[in-house]
Parts: sequence; structure tokens; C-alpha cells
Amino acid sequence: MPDSTVIGLHHEEEHHPELLHHFADAQQQRDSASLGMWVFLATEVMFFGGLFCAYLVYRHWYFPDFAAASKSIDATLGATNTAVLICSSLTVVLAVWAAQTARRTLLIVSLILTMLLGMAFLGIKGIEYREKFVEHHVPGASFSFDKVQVPGHPDQYANPHHAQIFFSLYFVMTGLHALHMIIGLGIFLWLLIMAWKGRFTPEWHTPVEIGGLYWHFVDIVWIYLFPLLYLIDRHP
Amino acid sequence: MPNPIPQPATPQPAIAPPVERENYLNAKYGVWSWLLTTDHKRIALLYLLSITFFFFIGGFFALLIRLELLTPAGDLVQADTYNKLFTMHGMVMVFFFLIPSIPAVLGNFLVPMMIGAKDLAFPRINLLSWYLYVIGGVMMLHCMLTGGVDTGWTFYAPFSTNFTNTKIVEAGLAIFVAGFSSILTGLNFVVTIHRMRAPGMTWSRLPLFIWAHYATSIIQLLGTPVVAVTIVLVAAERALHLGIFDPKLGGDPLLFQHLFWFYSHPAVYIMILPSMGVVTEIIACFSRKRIFGYSFVAFSSIAIAVFGFLVWAHHMFVAGMSVYAALVFSLLSYAVAVPSAIKVFNWTATLYKGSIHYDAPMLYAFGFLGLFTIGGLTGLFLSALGINVHVTDTYFVVAHFHYIMVGGAVMGYLGGMHFWWPKISGKLYPEGWARLAALIVFIGFNLTFFPQFLLGYMGMPRRYYDYSHMPEFQILNVLSTAGATVLGVGYLLPMVYFLWSMRYGKPAPDNPWNAAGLEWKTPSPPPTFNFDEEPVVTWEAYNYDELDSPDLGSPGNDAPHKQEVPVAR
Amino acid sequence: MSEHSNSAHAKSPLKMYFGIWATLLIFTYITYKAAFIELGSFNAAVALGIATLKATLVALFFMHVWHASEKLTKLVVIAALFFLLLLLGLTMTDYATRPWS
Repeated sequence: MPDSTVIGLHHEEEHHPELLHHFADAQQQRDSASLGMWVFLATEVMFFGGLFCAYLVYRHWYFPDFAAASKSIDATLGATNTAVLICSSLTVVLAVWAAQTARRTLLIVSLILTMLLGMAFLGIKGIEYREKFVEHHVPGASFSFDKVQVPGHPDQYANPHHAQIFFSLYFVMTGLHALHMIIGLGIFLWLLIMAWKGRFTPEWHTPVEIGGLYWHFVDIVWIYLFPLLYLIDRHP
Repeated sequence: MPNPIPQPATPQPAIAPPVERENYLNAKYGVWSWLLTTDHKRIALLYLLSITFFFFIGGFFALLIRLELLTPAGDLVQADTYNKLFTMHGMVMVFFFLIPSIPAVLGNFLVPMMIGAKDLAFPRINLLSWYLYVIGGVMMLHCMLTGGVDTGWTFYAPFSTNFTNTKIVEAGLAIFVAGFSSILTGLNFVVTIHRMRAPGMTWSRLPLFIWAHYATSIIQLLGTPVVAVTIVLVAAERALHLGIFDPKLGGDPLLFQHLFWFYSHPAVYIMILPSMGVVTEIIACFSRKRIFGYSFVAFSSIAIAVFGFLVWAHHMFVAGMSVYAALVFSLLSYAVAVPSAIKVFNWTATLYKGSIHYDAPMLYAFGFLGLFTIGGLTGLFLSALGINVHVTDTYFVVAHFHYIMVGGAVMGYLGGMHFWWPKISGKLYPEGWARLAALIVFIGFNLTFFPQFLLGYMGMPRRYYDYSHMPEFQILNVLSTAGATVLGVGYLLPMVYFLWSMRYGKPAPDNPWNAAGLEWKTPSPPPTFNFDEEPVVTWEAYNYDELDSPDLGSPGNDAPHKQEVPVAR
Repeated sequence: MSEHSNSAHAKSPLKMYFGIWATLLIFTYITYKAAFIELGSFNAAVALGIATLKATLVALFFMHVWHASEKLTKLVVIAALFFLLLLLGLTMTDYATRPWS
């Protein structure tokens, strides 16, 4: 309950239950929420951007070692995960459209599908991480990357230190991405609950729209991570 | 004005409203009405308390530093302790005082009012950002109390990642959390300024304080995430010895510096831009003139924000970066001075033929003008590659940034606190004491930091606790420490008389300065929702010619009585 | 971002959504396959070029930037990209011009 009583404040409110008191009208509230999410996504671009910068520097310095390390992660799984996320982006736009057109069932189904696809993504990621763990490619005390050939140079072995840098960036970048996925799942669970309760109408479904924006952004980050991490130098 | 009615003691900070009118301070009582508030004005006061607390902490470390440097020998503390002192001074002052200060206190309070809104766009996020700040602050306090950090506030790798055994991760986490607070404040301001301006409040009618905060918010939004992810990398490196910044493992320590300074240079513009906004408001009011060159000042704020992102590597000229890149960054660093200079010219032109009044806020603004100019010009010295080699990591740099941060930003902050104090508290501060304090601050400041320019140029390194191989530097150090004491007195005085004024100060009229701006059209202190009716703006900013004119009833001039001279007695 | 319920494209956005979705999947497949072909230094360009195309499609059509009612949305997107490129580009001016390895 907002503090304080109101001194003589009278605005034409639409008396929409979701309209907050400090906004003049629902349009202003919706536009503010949307702009707020877009601005937040801009900050996320810079957050991941720092990691992309580190990646760029070391790929420039250690291309052969990065290529060797990249070759050791499973590109098929990576591509599959890319497809999974693209499908989840589809279910997200379907959810938004369903909310806009008062299709409650489709909205709920789309939200559930989105979450299932997100969980599938995380599951596949878990499989990949486990693979790396078993192969001792997780940076730290038990890291080892001996006698791995540099692609295209059968007489050259990759420098394990430089490969460890690749894997460090791999785990930090995909880990941060996965963390954002998990947060996204939390957001969509909340959307699902609200949708189930029938809170969304064609007049007001702002959380679905801005939750969708967040999800698409996480998808876009992965769209770049896939080629950069998995496909550095794959030709035989 | 009726005498204040003596009120029984309340659980709130003792504020006796002069009349029974409801305002944001007395609308609700109780600790929880403050801790769970979404009113931007109350949140501003919560921030005021918190940043003042950290200002004292940072000031305490400064005091110890200056005490150590009274004598050439390192005889007050050990070397490691001294490293912790200057580190904690820097971290606390930068992340927990300067960066929040004006935006979180004056910005939070004034942005909605200046644009004619009832609150910020996201009041709950505003409250969240305060809590994040407090959580970060508590973490930093805990870190300091359990050993602190000794890397310098810049926590360069590989010392911070590989060699120091102080609490880097905890401090980094504290800064990460506080950074998130900063991002959310910036987000709130940007959306608010875009979406919640009152009818008729076009971009070109906005107070320049708003333009300054808009530009500041852009920097907060786009720069802070980069240092946040850098902290993540440092923490990961410390935990797992990844090699990202470790030369023995193929890493590049300079990459840390690139990522760190990509934020930390624009961060200095976060610290100065709001202060420039404050100074603009004050100069206009106390010269009774429109700001000369409004568009230039507005766009120069945006230019500073953008250019500020292009210059970071000037902190790395001697670190081993490419000389060719250094040339580029040196040139860009000269360019970034231009918009700041434009502001100084416009302020000066505003003063010209103005009707100058020397109230305390104006004294701080004058101080700002001179000291920021010196600080800014010495920045150009540092941008020249040749000079940079000579003075890097000496007291010249220390003096340069303190001239801007303290002589600039803090003076602006104090000027703003005085200027808007009647609006915030509903009370008038004692003008005589305020002018005295401003003078003491100015004298103390120069006595503290001007000798440091000389020390640096003569070769005294920074971050050294012992200069016994250069005992001739002692006299300047003694002057500097003496100045710091005077400066401390100057800072304490406002704390005392502001608190005094809350209980015993004269009740403030709505517009004690007869200033332009929507915030002055509300009662002092304002009601919770700021405006009884949504204002409709039909006049240009800084309409001092109308405010001082004999025509009452002209747009924007509805002062109850015409007055040319600001009355604040 | 506001969806105008009476603008023409909202009549049947489904076709567009499924079309974009299919395009994205096809591009993903192309990216994957192209990585196994020897293209020299063009491999990176192809992979990143396609990624940029995909990202653009997601942003323009799934995130509705194409039909955004306000220029501001596009400005925010462009600003974010601009500052990201600044970070990457200016940092690389150092690494690309160091005369020593």
C-alpha cells in the first residue's frame, strides 16, 4: 500500500486494477515498462560485451589453441541447443499473440512449451558440461589438455595454458548465459501462474510482452555464442 | 509566519512542520513507513543518510593517510596497512559516496518534481536500488572490518588475482551489488525523463539539471555492466587460477585494465555531470538570468557522456599498451575536454551582466567553477603522452582527480544541498554559517590539494607510505595535512547546522530564492505526490526575466509577491 | 512497444512468425554445415554474418522492433550496439597494433 494519503489529487484514471497511481494513464505505464525493459537489455548487452571483448582478444592472440579447444566441444549439441532456443522464441511470440487476442489456453500452452524448451536447453548444457568435466577440460586444478592437435596442423600441439583460457571463457560465458536462462524460467513460471489466474487481458498483458523481450535477448546471446565457441575451426 | 507549534517527540527524525499541512515528511510515521516507502523524496533522504555515513568512513581513511604523510618515515602504520588505507578510501569514496551522491539524493528528490511528475517511473525499483546500495555497503563494511583490501581501488591484475591475500572477492561483490543499484537508478531516470514529463515540458524546456542526469544515467547504464563482469572474471580467476589475466598462463594483465577503465573512466563523468547540472541551476538563479547557450549546455552533457567512453586507455599509457593506440586515446582525451569547456564558457557568459547574489549555494558554484577548471586543465596535461610518462602515479594525478572530484563534484553537491535544503526540509539553514563553511571548504581544499600538484610534479609517487628518501617533500605534505583538517571542519559545519535547522530553522517559503523550475511551485516541503494538479508548462526554462518582472500572472510567474532579491534569511 | 490491435500486420502475424522461425532454423543449419567446409578466413565471416542476420530477424520481428511505434526503441538498440562495438573496437586498436607478440 503506498504511503501517505492524497491531497486533492484527481486524475481521470481508467480504474484499471493494474494501473499504478503515479502514471497518468495505462498507455504511459505500458510504454514505461517497455522502455524500461529495452534499457535493461542494453545493460545486458554491455554485461556480456565485456566477456566478448576478452574472447576477441584471446582468439586474436591464440587462434590455433582456441581452434583446438573449440573442436573438442560438441558442435551437434550446440547446434541442437540453438534450434531449441529458436523454437522457444517462437513459442514466446505465440504467447504474446495469445495474450493480445485473449486466447488463454494458447497462452498457457505457449508459456509451458517455452519453459520446457528452456529446460531442455539447460539439460543439454548439463550434458555438455559433464562431458567437459569427464575430459578434464574444466579450468582449475585438474585441467589437462595435453597432446591435442591444432586443426589443420597435425604436427602442432595446442598450448594447454591457452586452451585453458578458452575453456575459462567458455564456462563463464555459457554459465552466465545459463544463469540468465534460469532467471528466465523463473520469470516465465511467474507469468504462467498469472496467466492461469486469468490476470492477462488484451488491454493489459505487459508482463508477457516484456518477459518475452528478455527471453528473446537470451536467445540472441546464444545465437552469437554458438558460432564463436563451437565453430572456430571445424573443417577437417 | 506562525510560530512552530511545539510537538511531542515522535519516533521520526524530529521535524516539526511549521503548519499542519500534510507533506511527504509527516504523511506517515513509523520506521516501516520509511523503510518500505516508494516515495522518491523519502528514498532520497534514505540515500542522504547512507551516503553521508560512507562519506565519514572514507573521510576517516583520508585522515589516517594524511596523518601518516605528515612525516617522511612510515611511522604511523605499516606498509600493508597503508595500502589498505588508500584502497578503502578510494573504494568507499568512489563507489559508496561519489557515484551515488547527487543522483541518488538530489536526482531522486528533484527529477520527478522538475518534470512535473508524481514520482519516478518505477518507484519500487527505486526502493530496491537503495536496498542494494545498503547491502553492498554492509558487505564493504564487513570486508573492511575483517581485513580489507590492499590493491588500490583499481584492483589491478595480476596482483589482485594472484598475489594478494586480502578480501578481493568480498569487496568485488560489494561493488557489484552497489553497481546494480547504480544501474537501476540510471534506468529509472532514463525512463522517467522520456515518459513522465508533464504536458508542455518539452525537451528544450527541461532544466539542465535534468539533461545532466539523463547523460549521467546513460553512462551508468552502459558502463557499469562492464566493470561488473570484470569483477566476475577477477573472482573466477582468484578461485580457479584461470589465467585470463595471468601472464604466466598466457593471460594479459592489460586486458583487465581495458575492461576496468572502460567503466571507470566514464564513472568519473557519472561523478561530475550531476554536479555540473546543479551548478547550472545555481548560477542561473543567483545571476537572475537565463543560462547562456541552453542547447550547447544540454548537448554538451550528452557529448561528455558519449566521448567519455572513448578515452579510457589514457589511464594505461605507461602500462605497456600499444603506442599507436595510445596516440589515438590521447587525441580523444583532448576532444573530451571540449564539451566541458563549453559548459565553463556558458556559465561564465551567464554570469556576465547578471545580478549576482552571493548566497551560500552561489559560493559553492563559484568554487566549482575555479576548481573544476583547474582540475580539468590538469587533465589535459595528463593526456599529453610525454607529460604523462613523467607524472603518472605521482601526486600530480592525485591532485588532478581530487580537484575534480572534491573541488568539483563535492562542491556541487554541497551547493545543491544548500540550494534545495528549504524545499527538502521546509526549513532555512543559517546563511551566515553557510557562507563561512563554504569559505572554509574552499580554503581547506586548496591548502590540501594544491601542494599535491607540486609534490607530484617534483616526483613524489602516490600510494607510498614512506617518502624518507625525499625528506624535502615534508613541508608540502604538512601543508596538505593542515588543509585536510581545515577541510574536515568545513564539511562538519553543514552537517551541524542542517541538523540544527531541522529543529530550529525558520520555516521556508515555497520559493525562498524566487527560482525558476517546477519544484519551486510546490510547498516546502512538498506533499507526497508533489503536485496537487498536473502542471501544464507553457514557459521556457530559466524564465528569470519573467520571475523578476513587475508583471504578475505572466506564464510561469505566479509568485505570491514579486521579489527580485532571493530571500533566505 | 505497443501492439496496435488494428494494424494490418496483426491480422495474421502467425504466418510471419512461423516464417521467421523456419528461416532461423535454416540459417542455423547452414551455419553448422558451413563450418565444416574449408573457407579460410571467410569461415568466421560467414558464421558471424549469419549470426548477425539471425539476431536481426529475432530483434526486428520477434521483439517487434520493425513495427515499433517509437523511434526510441530503435535508438536504444542502436545505442547498445554502438557502445558494444566501441568496447570491442577500441580495445582491439591496442591489441592489433602492438608491435611485439
